Amino acid sequence: MLRKNDSPGKLIVVEGIDGSGKSTQIDLLYKWLQSQGHSVYFSEWNSSTLVKSTTKRAKKRKLFTPTTFSLLQCTDFADRWENQILPLLKAGVIVLADRYAFTAFGRDVARGVDRQWVRNLYSFAMQPDIALYFRVPLEIAVTRITSARASLKYYEAGMDLNLSESRIESFELFQERILNEYDRMVDEFNLTVIDGTFTVQAQQRLVREIAKQELEGWVGLPIPEGSPHILLQSEIQ
Amino acid sequence: MSDFQFYGAGFPYRTIEELPGKLIVLEGSDGVGRSTQTQLLRRWLEDEGFAVSDTGLRRSEMTQQGLEEAKKGHTLSRITMSLFYATDFADRLENQIIPALQAGFVVLSDRYFYSIMARDIVRGADPAWARQLYGFALKPDLVLYLKAEVSDLVTRLIHGRGLNYWEAGMDLRPSDNLFDSFLDYQARLIEQFDQLSQEYGFVSIDAGRPVMHVFEELQDQIRELLEDQQPIFEEDFH
Repeated sequence: MLRKNDSPGKLIVVEGIDGSGKSTQIDLLYKWLQSQGHSVYFSEWNSSTLVKSTTKRAKKRKLFTPTTFSLLQCTDFADRWENQILPLLKAGVIVLADRYAFTAFGRDVARGVDRQWVRNLYSFAMQPDIALYFRVPLEIAVTRITSARASLKYYEAGMDLNLSESRIESFELFQERILNEYDRMVDEFNLTVIDGTFTVQAQQRLVREIAKQELEGWVGLPIPEGSPHILLQSEIQ
Repeated sequence: MSDFQFYGAGFPYRTIEELPGKLIVLEGSDGVGRSTQTQLLRRWLEDEGFAVSDTGLRRSEMTQQGLEEAKKGHTLSRITMSLFYATDFADRLENQIIPALQAGFVVLSDRYFYSIMARDIVRGADPAWARQLYGFALKPDLVLYLKAEVSDLVTRLIHGRGLNYWEAGMDLRPSDNLFDSFLDYQARLIEQFDQLSQEYGFVSIDAGRPVMHVFEELQDQIRELLEDQQPIFEEDFH
């Protein structure tokens, strides 16, 4: 269990395996919320500049174990949490996150770390007001990813787990484990399941309805007249 | 450590059959003489015929560079810092300490996660969170806690490498100057160490005495540990 959001802001996150279409959906939601006059901030998984060089180095040299992978990604998340997400929530901003703690609960456990251990790791984070889980069958996600990309990266394909010599096969087996973890989390963390096989527009209609319901009667941080709507990362740091 | 244990779940994805080596940890405040003692102990143990591996904090291949850079800036927040150090510690544990123990080495660790935890808690970390975080850590065979008064630390540091920003907890700004901050911060750390000492069963060594006296007491403790763990050799001769 994650603690309740006791800030004036709203936290909306999207989750799902690679190729589930979640990034497309959150991007559309982001633009729509802005056009509705809200102060919105977007945070992406694994994007802390403080941790970046270490992650890059460790990936390049293949230094990660499941535990250090988990810890370094949580370090990345903590940096964004302490310096961006939490301060902006306190200010009354809508924070959108493409991937959240649930990604770690899925991937890290698929890599073999203890379920309770990784949940404790992220216990400083808050339960999102909306957590959307884009569920797609494995075959669809795999087709989407492999057709859009020339090759899969080592850790992305879960090659560190030695599941298979083939990157595609390893990717499939790894994603399957993650899918199982997500399914366990639906009840545990009250994830809202969206069928990722629907058309982009149909999914977006659902997403906006859910957001609209959550934001009804809510007043966030106002936008000063004449200022651009976009909160840039560089303005916050 | 034939019957090794972890504080929590350890590394569930990793099968560790045996750890024939010994893990000996030296803990204690900044300036208490840990590195001097580690050097002396290493030389002595090698003379006795043991293969020795030593390790300290912030020496992992993965995180050393990134951590140094992060500490130079002003954006390294509390939880982020805890986790960055935990990553470094886990990397060394898995990639240096455990392989050395598997190979039968005596591993001398200049500090262990207890130091990181003490610093985290002084900075406001939730103690329960920190304890669970280090559930992957291996229980050492022996933790030698070098205990000294803050006044001893000051004397040594001022005549040694000087007082530094982090050792004075200046990120917490306990006071407007390095000296008073150091006193305040180190006193709070010692308080934490004392608690951890009880909880984790450290062997307390009075480090306020001359180096060689401290060294002899450390030798006694280690001798006892190493004898105790080698009954097979003696039986062979009976």
